[in-house]
Amino acid sequence: MPWITRGLRDGIVTTRYPRRPDGYGDGFRAAVRVLRSGTTDPAAGTRGAAGALARLCPTGAIVEDTDGVHLDRGRCIVCGACVAARPDRFAFVSEVETAALSRHMLVAPESDDEALARLRADLADRTRALRRSIHIRHVDAGSDGAEEWEVAALTNPVYDVARLGIFFTASPRHADLLLVTGVATAGMAEPLRRTYEAMPDPKIVLAAGTDSVSGGLVHPTYATRGSVAGVLPVDVWVPGSPPSPFSLLHGILLAMGLLPERSDRLDTRVVGQPAQDDPLTGRDRQ
Amino acid sequence: MTTATTQGVDPDVLAEAVAAQIADGGRFAGLTASALAGGATAIDALVAGRAGLVRLRAQLPASHRTYPSLTPLVPAAAWYEREIHDLFGLVPVGHPRLDPLVLPLADSGSVRPRPGSPDDPGEIQPDHAALPPHVRGHGLFTLPYGPVRSGVFETVEYLLETFGEDIPHLHTRVHHKHRGIERRFGDLALADGVLLAERVEGTVSVAHASALCQAVEAIAGVEPPQPAQLLRVAHAELERIAHHLDSMVRHSEGAGQAVAFARLTTHKEKVLRLRARLCGSRFGRGVIVPGGASGPPLCPVDDFLGDLAHLSRSIASDVGALMATPSFLDRLRSTGIVSPEVAAAHGALGPVGRGSDLAEDVRVSRPYGAYRVLDVDPAPASATGDALARQQVRVHEIEASVHLVEQALHQLKGSKGPWRVEGAWTAADGSALGWAEAPQGELLYLVTMEGGRLVRVKPRTASFHNLALFSSAFRGDIFTDFAFIEASFGLSIAGVAG
Repeated sequence: MPWITRGLRDGIVTTRYPRRPDGYGDGFRAAVRVLRSGTTDPAAGTRGAAGALARLCPTGAIVEDTDGVHLDRGRCIVCGACVAARPDRFAFVSEVETAALSRHMLVAPESDDEALARLRADLADRTRALRRSIHIRHVDAGSDGAEEWEVAALTNPVYDVARLGIFFTASPRHADLLLVTGVATAGMAEPLRRTYEAMPDPKIVLAAGTDSVSGGLVHPTYATRGSVAGVLPVDVWVPGSPPSPFSLLHGILLAMGLLPERSDRLDTRVVGQPAQDDPLTGRDRQ
Repeated sequence: MTTATTQGVDPDVLAEAVAAQIADGGRFAGLTASALAGGATAIDALVAGRAGLVRLRAQLPASHRTYPSLTPLVPAAAWYEREIHDLFGLVPVGHPRLDPLVLPLADSGSVRPRPGSPDDPGEIQPDHAALPPHVRGHGLFTLPYGPVRSGVFETVEYLLETFGEDIPHLHTRVHHKHRGIERRFGDLALADGVLLAERVEGTVSVAHASALCQAVEAIAGVEPPQPAQLLRVAHAELERIAHHLDSMVRHSEGAGQAVAFARLTTHKEKVLRLRARLCGSRFGRGVIVPGGASGPPLCPVDDFLGDLAHLSRSIASDVGALMATPSFLDRLRSTGIVSPEVAAAHGALGPVGRGSDLAEDVRVSRPYGAYRVLDVDPAPASATGDALARQQVRVHEIEASVHLVEQALHQLKGSKGPWRVEGAWTAADGSALGWAEAPQGELLYLVTMEGGRLVRVKPRTASFHNLALFSSAFRGDIFTDFAFIEASFGLSIAGVAG
C-alpha cells in the first residue's frame, strides 16, 4: 500500500510552461549566441585573417559575411569551442525556445517577416484541427540515442505533455505529427518515407535535434544523407544536441499554433547567472 | 598499472591463438579490423587476461580477402566477423552464418567503407537484397518488430520466429541506423573527435569521451592532472546513475507501476538537471577533453552534494519500495535468463555479466584515472541470470555511484586545478587502447594517431558485445516478456549500428 501516499509525496512537480514562465535555466546551456553580431571581427583586421571565427566551429555553424557574424543554430552542436576561444564574441545562453518554422530562421531569427507570416499562415491552415490535441509518432532516422531520452522525458511528470493534449501514438495511422530524430541514414530513408505516407492528412514534420536539422557533426559519411529535409518536407525545426525537452515542447506548441517563436516564457540569460526559482534543480520540497 | 600488450600473429593461426588465450583464463573482448596503407588490412583480436588486455594483430596483404574464421573456435566472435565482412569485404572462411549486420551489401563488386583508409568511399547505398529471407515453415512465421517500433525507441528490427506466443528464436537487425561513424573520425581534428565520440552512444557520452581520451593520452604518455581525473569520475558516475534509472523507468512502465514510473522518471530528470548544473550539459558533454577536463565545476560543490544526497535518499526509498512490490518482481523473476555458462562463454559485460555470475568490473580489474585512488564498491555477481538479477546489480550500482561522486567531489572541493595537461603533447604517433566501465559494461577504444590526427578510431561498445547475447535470453519466454528483457539489457542501438 505504500505507493498511494508515495505518489503524493512531492506535491506538484509539473512545470507551468507555457502558461507561466519556467525558471529552469540555471547553468543550462541551450544554445550559443553571437555577441555584437553586427560587427565584423576587429581582431581579424585585414582580409587575410577573415574567417578566423568561422574556423572555430567543428560543424561550420559560424558564418562571417559583410553583415557581420552569424551563428547557424541548425548546425550548432553547442560544444562551446567558440565560447572557449572567443568569450568576447560568443556566449552560452539558456534560451530553450529554440524552435523555428523555417530553416533560415535558425540563422537569422528576425529577418524576413513577410515570408514568416506566410509560413505561419500556411501552417495554421493545416493545423487548425489539431489545436486542442495532437498525436505524435516518433521515428529515429539515425540518432545517437540521447534524443530519445529527451523525447521520452516529455511524458514525465515534470513536463507532462498530456496536460496540453499532446500524446504519443504507436501507429502512424493515428499520428498528426512526425517527430524525426537523428541524421538521415541511407538505411532509414525508406522506412521514414513509408511512415510519413501512412499518416493521414493534415500532417506535420518536426526535425528534432541538430543532427536531423543539418546532419550535425556526424554528417557527412558514406552512410548519412544529412538533414531529414532531404527525405521529407520539414515544417518545424528544433536544433540542439540533443534538444532539451523544453525545446521540443516549444517546437510542438509552435506546430500546433499555440505559441509564437519567442514567448519569453522561459528564462533567457547568459549562462552563469543564477536562476531565481527552480523547484526541481533547487532543493526538493519534501 | 595494468596495460595493454600487442602481439603479432599470422592470420592463419589467429583463431588458435585467441582460443589459447581464452583457455588460459582470458575473456574474448572483441575483434576489429583497420585498413592500412597499400590496401592491406590489420585484424585485431582483443582478449582480457589476468595481466591486462592482450591485442593479437594479424596482417592481411592487399591480395588476400579471406582468413580462417574465429567463430568455430570462439563463438563470441560471430557478430564481430559479420561487421568486419560488412565494412571491409573480408571473408572469414568457416563462419557459420555470415549475414550482413551493419551494412548490407552484395558480396561481389561492392565498394566497402574500410575505416582507416584515406580513400573516400563516396555514398554507399545499402542493398537489402543481401539480407537473408525470412524463415518460413509449417505453422512457423516470422514477426518483424521494427525498424519503426511502437513508442519512443531507437531504430532496430527484431525478427521474432514464432509458432504463436512463445519466442523460440529472434534475429536482430541494426543496420538501418548505421551512420558510418568510424570513418567520420578520420575527417576530424582530435578535439572534434572527442565530440564525435560523445555522439557514438549519446546516452553514455562521458564514458566514450573518457575512453578515447585515455587512449590518446596513453599514446602520448601523459597523465591528466588529479583534479581532472576526479571530475571525470564524478561525471561518469552521474551518467551511470541516469542510465540505470532509465532501465528502471522502462521496467516499471512495462509492469504498469504508474506511481513508480512517475517517481523514477522524475528522479531521472533531476539527475540530468544536476549534471547540467555541474557542467552545463544534461549529458555531460564537453566536460572531457584530451589531457583533462574543460574546467572546474560550474556550481558550488557543497550545494551540489547536498542536493545529490537528498535526491539519492529519494531514489533509494522508491527503488526499495519497488523491489519489494510483488507484482513488479513477478515480471522480472525468471524472465530472460542468461545462464552463467552462456554468459561466460560469450564474455558478457556490465550488468548483464554481473547478473550471470561474471563479476568483472573494469574500474576494479584494470583501474584507470581516479578509480585507482577511490573506493569503488563493485556490485556482487549473482548466478540467477534473470532480469531481476540484472536489476539488483543496478540497484547496488546506483548507490555505489552516489558514493563515488561524493568521494570525488569532496576531494575536488576548493581545487584550483590544473584541469589539463599543458603544452603541445598531442602530436605523438602510435596506437593504443583506452577503456572505461560504461553503464552497460566495458567500453574499449582502439585508437591510431599519426601527426596529431586520428587515423583510425574503433569504439568497441558493451552494447555491441552484449546485444549478440540478446537472442540467447529468450528461452521459454513469451511476447509480453520482451519489453522487460530488452530493458534489463539496457543497451543503446546507436552503439551497435556504428
